[in-house]
Amino acid sequence: METRIIDRKLDILRDKLLLLGGTTEKALYLSMRSLTERDSDLARKVIKDDKVINKMEVEIDQMSVEILALQQPAAHDLRFVISVAKITPVLERIADHAANIAEAAIVLNNEPEITQYSELPKMAEVAGEMLQTALDAFTSEDSELSRSVIRRDRDIDDAYNRIFDKLIRLMIDNPPLTTGAAHLLFVAKHLERIGDYVKDICELNVYLIEAAFIKHKKKI
Amino acid sequence: MGNKITVKNLNFFYGKDQALFDISLKIPEREVMAFVGPSGCGKSTFLRVLNRMNDTIPYARIEGEVKIDGKDIYKAKTDVVALRRKVGMVFQKSNPFPKSIFDNVAYGIRINRMHSSKKDLAERVEKALKDAALWEEVKDRLPTSAFGLSGGQQQRLCIARALAVQPEVILMDEPASALDPIATQKIEELVVELKKKYTIVIVTHNMQQAARISDRTAFFMLGKLIEVNPTEKMFTNPDDKLTEDYITGRFG
Repeated sequence: METRIIDRKLDILRDKLLLLGGTTEKALYLSMRSLTERDSDLARKVIKDDKVINKMEVEIDQMSVEILALQQPAAHDLRFVISVAKITPVLERIADHAANIAEAAIVLNNEPEITQYSELPKMAEVAGEMLQTALDAFTSEDSELSRSVIRRDRDIDDAYNRIFDKLIRLMIDNPPLTTGAAHLLFVAKHLERIGDYVKDICELNVYLIEAAFIKHKKKI
Repeated sequence: MGNKITVKNLNFFYGKDQALFDISLKIPEREVMAFVGPSGCGKSTFLRVLNRMNDTIPYARIEGEVKIDGKDIYKAKTDVVALRRKVGMVFQKSNPFPKSIFDNVAYGIRINRMHSSKKDLAERVEKALKDAALWEEVKDRLPTSAFGLSGGQQQRLCIARALAVQPEVILMDEPASALDPIATQKIEELVVELKKKYTIVIVTHNMQQAARISDRTAFFMLGKLIEVNPTEKMFTNPDDKLTEDYITGRFG
């Protein structure tokens, strides 16, 4: 079978999305490291690099529109372009949250260190793994893997609730740590949102593979 | 809405060559069904089966059942002229008669003696031209030759001519393939408008056209009906791999 013109375009689009995905994963990982290692320089780098991610987003948007207009894709091709166009802003928002975590890290690095938040890096690790698996599932078009990631979001939500309770108690028991605890609360909230966004990506994976809309459905 | 046309286990032969294989298909009333498929897949042959246009071809032979409104149109007693009045046809190339615009549309009404008076005839012609979205463009030059019209107008004239004899089904064989985008758009809008009153079957090579105007799409290949589904499903998630390969241009 000869290669169609659209195949080359779709390959480039896929590469661009995976590059964005990888860069987003890295931003999340580094933002958490800037927090746990109290490295404000690293945090500033994450914030600065977010601009690159924004640029990638625009490029993918433009290319998606171009393919829709000029190649008029159908069936799987169409679902592929639609999925990429919808996953892209989700990744960009995840990267925004990573930048926000980095901003919180800069504030926290100037505050007395709070050691009682050990569950937060674990939560970030789960979020990072989920993101990586979601992108793998996109590449391999594996809808079962996507569904397993969606189910994992509950773990993130549970971790958020536990961390929330702990930090509130910390603020009450130890008022001088309130500023730091409040910022950590934001970090936890960012991670919780990232979990939701990864879920969105997996729902789009399922659309790509099965043409099924599972968003807002109880049974996935 | 019920099915206007029901085809069961249809086989069609040109002499020894079989052109259609065991086709079963239901065409719902007042919908647009598009037939798509590569050249030579049998879609036009199948279209012509629906009003017995293949009768004129020597050695053509048919097996199976084609029912319109529950009546088998291949029964010996079938009035073929009446059938073709009920199941009108518009072709790829517009084929107006070498007559005036008025006489083109009036032709079928006259030979079928459908009008009661001159005034009635004029009214019928006007209605057909209006239904074909051509009236405004030709009302001041009805006595002039149909050949003075543009390609797109000639095609709509042929549609008006088909509508004038009050058909129930309209078969269209690539009605817009020779037209520019604006004339094509007019034909497409017309098709969508006409389905309120008529059942329409359209053969097209233009996938986007099938996507834009049809409610259901049937995909043919090598004389076989591969898949028929609602058009939205066909173009986003077809059931058959062959359909997917065809509509996404994977066939050489």
